[in-house]
Formats: sequence, structure tokens, C-alpha cells
Amino acid sequence: MVKHYDTSVELCGVKLINPVIPASGTFGFGREFAEYYDLDCLGAISFKGTTRDARFGNPTPRIAECTSGLINSVGLQNPGIDQVIAEELPHLRQIFHNPIVANISGFSLEEYEECCAKIDKEEQVEIIEVNVSCPNVHNGGMSFGTQPESAAEVTRRVKAVTKKPVFIKLSPNVTDIVAIAKACEEAGADGICLINTLLGMRIDTMRRKPVIANKMGGFSGDAIFPVAVRMVYQVANACNIPVMGCGGVSSASDVIEMMMAGATAVQVGAANLKNPYAAKEIIEALPKEMERLGIERLSDIIGIVK
Amino acid sequence: MYKRGIYTIVSNEPLTPAVYRMVLEGDTQYITRSGQFVNIELEGKFLRRPISVCDYNEATLTIIYKVVGRGTEQMRQMAAGTQLDILTGLGNGFATDNNAQRPLLVGGGVGVPPMYNLCKRLKSEGKQPRVVLGFNTASEVFYKAEFEALGVDVYVATADGSMGIKGFVTDAIREAGIEFDYLYTCGPLPMLKALYDATDVPAEFSFEERMGCGFGACMGCTCKTKYGNKRICKDGPVLKREEIIW
Repeated sequence: MVKHYDTSVELCGVKLINPVIPASGTFGFGREFAEYYDLDCLGAISFKGTTRDARFGNPTPRIAECTSGLINSVGLQNPGIDQVIAEELPHLRQIFHNPIVANISGFSLEEYEECCAKIDKEEQVEIIEVNVSCPNVHNGGMSFGTQPESAAEVTRRVKAVTKKPVFIKLSPNVTDIVAIAKACEEAGADGICLINTLLGMRIDTMRRKPVIANKMGGFSGDAIFPVAVRMVYQVANACNIPVMGCGGVSSASDVIEMMMAGATAVQVGAANLKNPYAAKEIIEALPKEMERLGIERLSDIIGIVK
Repeated sequence: MYKRGIYTIVSNEPLTPAVYRMVLEGDTQYITRSGQFVNIELEGKFLRRPISVCDYNEATLTIIYKVVGRGTEQMRQMAAGTQLDILTGLGNGFATDNNAQRPLLVGGGVGVPPMYNLCKRLKSEGKQPRVVLGFNTASEVFYKAEFEALGVDVYVATADGSMGIKGFVTDAIREAGIEFDYLYTCGPLPMLKALYDATDVPAEFSFEERMGCGFGACMGCTCKTKYGNKRICKDGPVLKREEIIW
């Protein structure tokens, strides 16, 4: 008899068929990937970071390749919350039938509040992921996520306008990740998502100029995986709310490692850009990896490493 | 429609000291238009390398690339028989469903390759394409004979005058007195801009930008157009004259 390997997990009452979630900013609103495969194999999808107003983002070049990763300075290009609700969300719902995570970004407390209040009315969205950690925008984004007080304030304001589970997506570019995560938990966050990209920079030595027009950007990819595992471990051990792990995940083995560190769900980001089938292939490889490691239920190993 | 596939190198040979032609065997059904590109995974490199399709048939595709960095240097050293993981069918490509009868094709440097399949296609559609190829110097010229073998008039311009007409492609068009009712072009940005300014016929311009994914997901290569934001990899690389903002 073929043994059944149970990959399902539960995030704040939201059931996922598996813990694998394409990370915001690497998966658009699913359209491009739906041309490659049936998205319904995915545990959930976290859609492109959305702000109140449409944004062009930063000047190009926005991409710099690195060893085992890349730097991006896209700068939250998105069509704005109203357009997302009117067009992208209904389309995503047509091509994807599992839970949708809405990634919301902002430049002021009011903007976070307004966007989350709008998303709260959308039945298609199961979880709100509040991005206080984008390294590519000034006067907002990451600045909210670098201090416990401001991260907590965003959390409070957002929680007041929605009944949906709220995850706060944190930046690794801080001195004390635990203090910020705990502040969010105390302010009512239902979960923590980490890590966003690490601030990085490359220089074109021939031109003697930064590769990226905006000089710096967010570093992601395989190279940041150990940093992500460490921070997931620290936060999961310090907090009593679920953690979505993110950062450099590119294999089923990485998913399990991050879950052992304390993640309930695991986001796959940069890997999607290198291989459009990455998330699907990781999911397909999970049962075999579970068999190899003697795991019958994936939920049994969450935070098993102490 | 685009897909990933495994392709086997049939040949990989120099056309000039820096420019190589690689012929790959594999599934080409997702390549539907001239001017599309493929995105090649290279061992040890995080991002794929986007290269325009020079030509293709049912069984093989041909790319021409210039060795400019570590990725293309890695490609240069690959032997026949090597297998590559490639995404094909990327980008919009050139449109030929128009009434133009005498289209002009202008390629500059590594912008020349996509013009080859386009030229074949236009010929097969009964049109009379003419071709202008621009290079810096005679030793960098490639594919002149291949275009001539298609039975079209080919004009070469070199910046130093070592072959053909001395000057830029715009000088060649003027000096040769070429008349045309449509323009297709691919090459360095200053060349595209010069052609835009020097001509007034309907035209399609193929652009380059540093890409992340190559299939429209990461928003790494977005540009502003008169019709809104466009991703060079997905909504481009070909933009029509009327939508371009320089």
C-alpha cells in the first residue's frame, strides 16, 4: 500500500492543501504562471504588493544578478487597490481556487488602513499580509518595519479595519527582529511573515556605476536562505502566533527545514523567476522528501527544532 | 504561449571574433513570431540569459549572441551535444499582418539576428523586404551573405566606412535612396531613436532591457509608453511607433 503523506497545514483557521505559497512580487497576480501550469496545486498565492494608488515603480535597470540570487528595485509597481479589486482579484479567482493572500503596502498609516478596509470587503481574500518591509521605497514601506513602535502602530490600525487574519511581513534589515515581531503580536497581529529582501547593491566595475538605477535594492534568492531560517527560528520561538517563512526557498528540503525552524507555511519567491515551475516542482517533491525524512504529517514538524 | 524545454546544442561557432551562432535542437512549437526571444538557464547563474531568436524551423532554433560577460562566455565554451534548459516563445515579436508591401528591416550589431527570420517570413508572405545592416567596422559584420541568399537587397553601413556605406544605418537609407512603407528594427537605443526621428512610416522597434524572469512576472523591465506601463519581456520587446515615449 502506498503510504499517504499529509502535506496540509492550517494558518489562523485557513486550511491549505500544502504549505507552499508563491511570495508577493514574484508571482504577479498569477496570470503569467497560469500559462505554465494549473495553479490549483499551490497552497495559497500571495499577490503583488498593492498600494492605494497605481505606481510605476523605480527607474530601470531594476535588476542585478548576484551569486545565488538577484537584487531588485522594482519599487512596488502595481495598478492600485481599486484596479486590483476590480480586475486582478476576480481574474485570479477564476484561475486559482485555493486561499488568496493579499499583500498590502503603504506610505502612511492612513494608506494601510484604507487599503486593508477595502480588501476586508473582498470575500476572495482569506489572509491579509501587510508589507512594512519594502526596501525599495522611501518615506514608507520599510521605515514602518524597522522600529517596534511603528510596526505595532500599523498592526493596530489595520486590525481595527478588518476581521481577516493579518500577517505582518517584516524586514531582515533590523538589529532586533524579535522585538519587532513581538510588538506586532502584542498589537494584535495574527501572524508574522518573514523575511523580505535584504538591502543590497552591485557596481558595474566597467562603467564605475551602480548596476541598479536606484543604486540599492532588495537581495533575494538561495543565498539568503540561512538568514531567513535563523530569523524564522528566532521569531517562532519568541511569539505564539504562526509564522510564514520566506527567503531563498528553492526545494522541498528547504520547505521542511524552514518548517522545522518554526514556519507553518513557506513562501517561494525568487525561485519562481528562475524557474516558472519552481513552486509546482517543490510541491511535487514534498511527499518523497517526507518519506526520506520519516515525516507522515507535515504539520507535525512545525517548530520541532528547539 | 510559452514553455520550458530541454534543448541540445547542434553547433556553436563563431561568426566574428566576438559573435557566435548556436543551433539548438528541440521543441519549437511555442515560437510563433519573428522577434521573440528565448531565456537560457546557465549552470551557476541565478538568472537566465535572454537571447533573440534568429531563425527556427520544426526541429531547431538558431540564436546569435555576442560574448559580453561571464554568461555568454560560458555559452561560447559549450560543445555540441550539451543540453540546455530554455524557456521559449517569450515576448510579442514583430507583427506582419499589415498592408505593407515594401518593408524595410534595419538591424544594428546584435540587433541583426531577429531580422533574419522576419525577412524570411515577409518574403514568404509575398512582400518585398529590403535590409540594412549596421556595424562599427568590417570585422564585426555578420549575416550579410545569409540575407543576400534570401534574395533581398542588402545594404551594409559601417561607422568607420571599412565596408559598405560609411556612417550609420540612417546614412545608408538616405544614400541608397531606399523607399519603404513600413519599418522593422532592432539594435542599440541611439540607432532606434535615430530611425524614429528620420522616418515617418508605420514602424516597430525591438527594445532591450535588463530582465529578471523574462516572462512578465517580476516587473523588472517595465517601461512607460503612451498606452501605459509595458513590460519589455512580455508586452514587448517590440513596441509600435505610436506608443513609444523616448
